[in-house]
Amino acid sequence: MSAAASSRLTPNRVAGGLLVGLALLAPLIFSEYWVATLLTQTMILGIVAASLIFLSADGGMVSLAQVAIYGIAGFALGNLTTTGNTKGMNLGWDPVLGIVVAIAIAVLVALVFGALASRSYGIYFLMITLVFSVIANLFFGQVTSVSGFGGISGIPIPDFFDRTAHPDRLYFATLLVAALVYVGLRYVARTPFGLALQGIRDDPVRMRSLGYRVTLHRLLAFGLAGFVAALGGILFVWWNAQIAPSTIDLTATIDVLLIAVIGGMFRLEGAWVGALVFVLINNYAQDVGFVAERFHTLIGLIFLVIVLVSPDGLVGLWERTVGRLRGPSSPGETTGEGGSAGAVPAGERGASTLTGS
Amino acid sequence: MSVSLGRALRITGLVLLALVIAFPIVWVLFIASDTTFGPAVDDPKDFLITLLNGVTAAALYFIVASGFTLIFGLMRVVNMAHGAFFLLGGYIALELQRDLVPGAGSALGISSAQVSFMNWFLPLLAAGLIVGGVGLLMQQAFLRWNQGQELRQALITIAISIIAADQMLAHFGGVAKDISWPRTFDKFLDLQVADVQYTLTRLVILGVGLLIGGALWFWLKRTRTGMVIRAGVDDRDMVSALGVNIQLTFAIAFFIGSALAGIGGVMGGSFASLAPGVDGLWLLNSLVVVIIGGMGSLGGAAVGALLLGLTTNFAAAYLPADYTFYSIIFTFVLLAVVLAIRPLGLFGRPA
Repeated sequence: MSAAASSRLTPNRVAGGLLVGLALLAPLIFSEYWVATLLTQTMILGIVAASLIFLSADGGMVSLAQVAIYGIAGFALGNLTTTGNTKGMNLGWDPVLGIVVAIAIAVLVALVFGALASRSYGIYFLMITLVFSVIANLFFGQVTSVSGFGGISGIPIPDFFDRTAHPDRLYFATLLVAALVYVGLRYVARTPFGLALQGIRDDPVRMRSLGYRVTLHRLLAFGLAGFVAALGGILFVWWNAQIAPSTIDLTATIDVLLIAVIGGMFRLEGAWVGALVFVLINNYAQDVGFVAERFHTLIGLIFLVIVLVSPDGLVGLWERTVGRLRGPSSPGETTGEGGSAGAVPAGERGASTLTGS
Repeated sequence: MSVSLGRALRITGLVLLALVIAFPIVWVLFIASDTTFGPAVDDPKDFLITLLNGVTAAALYFIVASGFTLIFGLMRVVNMAHGAFFLLGGYIALELQRDLVPGAGSALGISSAQVSFMNWFLPLLAAGLIVGGVGLLMQQAFLRWNQGQELRQALITIAISIIAADQMLAHFGGVAKDISWPRTFDKFLDLQVADVQYTLTRLVILGVGLLIGGALWFWLKRTRTGMVIRAGVDDRDMVSALGVNIQLTFAIAFFIGSALAGIGGVMGGSFASLAPGVDGLWLLNSLVVVIIGGMGSLGGAAVGALLLGLTTNFAAAYLPADYTFYSIIFTFVLLAVVLAIRPLGLFGRPA
């Protein structure tokens, strides 16, 4: 393996650098609609999808509760900071205090969900978290003292990030949080905790007999992912100024799963790649005559094709293409190079996540 | 020291569990302050009606969830399209009923007086067969060659359920519709107990649930195919190695499991209504029932359905009037209690 060459300019790094550069210069290149709507939404959805991909790639837990936790943070912020809504608690707190408490509530709920689900594995884990997500949606739809069917609107955003103060600040805030989430989750994957988590993903029985607290690791990972999802939820209500049960319904839950699958369930980068593709399809398919009406059929077909053809998503497709271009001699390099650490090459990890055990 | 601490924790847990079980019972029977009906000892009639509502709802949960658990138990396939199959069955029967009933097609829909037993039963049968066929087709086209890749199969069925839900919205519209019960069933029955007049339709659902449960039990425990299925649940590869055509067994199980979703959809569409979103709700019901009962266990599905049916109905009826909106929490609490004690469900076994 030519390690010296790969530490300079790999296709992954070039592509990554280009994307980061584009994201930073976006306000200069793209229209305001693109930046303030499409790209901001991409960053937010990417953050939620990243929390799912982190759990799936490093923890072997495909959680469908991430959207619920994101919604709980949003609803909590709405209840704490608004006044004058017909429904909800209308506490009218200071936005900053509201954010801290909202995130704390969301993480607490995530820990409760995690405590109940973390003893279950594979497909059971997916089912249990899906049920949590649907119950959270029904809860906010039914309980009028915190939301009710119409949700909560007029949620204040700190003046600094308000679009009237400067059109691009909110976008840069989401970009910054996205970057911190990306770097933070990659860092966690390299800590002893992250390595133990990956060990548990691959063989929980062996890790338990080595003396690791398997359930506790899974629970903490779930709490961390809940924190990331909660950040996404806060940014979402800043961006959208309102939140309703339909924001976190089954369709939304599956949309985030779809984003992760489109991007690739084994690499954090996939979260934002998938989110961008999803947002663009979501936005532009509406203009295409026959598709506009049957948008979800299109989404479902894309989902189906990706699961059937490339289960590791677009990032997987990219890596295989790059690997093929560079010849068969260095398949481990392209996957291991930019990968989020761990002894197992990313390609295999994707496979092991998908097959379950 | 640590042993006694463990014992102390265990005893605390058991006491808590006993409280969690005992308090709702005591509440419903004797206290129930500020509720619509008041304590059961004062109002046995409404208590009995709530109990029957719970049991009959459980019968419908069981019909749908038994198909889900049958498929999972044998093939380890979590069919996320099960809710979509439920809705599809309902819509198929609805269309057929409109074709069968003379003079139907007016905007007002069909009244039960126009519907004979066969006008209801034939659509039910047809919906079961068609949805069974659709399920079989899905299994053969998409799932068969992915065997063992549980997550991938679940994702495939999720994709199919998205497409199916959208196509159903396109063909049947977003307005809630319902299938008409036949006039034979559309009446009240005097139960001769505590003045209860109970609707016969709900008792029909209970009867069908018991019938299907009995038939499944007989099929799984007393026939050769059932024997193969039970063996396949325990060790698929071994059964296959013994020369049994396991693929044929898989196909049969998938057909029956999907057909049960379709039949459940007809019952559910007659009992409540059919609309977009109902599919997700019934996927949730099936998931909760099998998570509580244990995946792949028929008896577990029955117990899970009963617990869910009773919990939802009693929570809705016996919460203080200002708090009835919170009844959804009790579904979560039920799930939480079961998962805390048995992560694999009440009758679940490790794979």
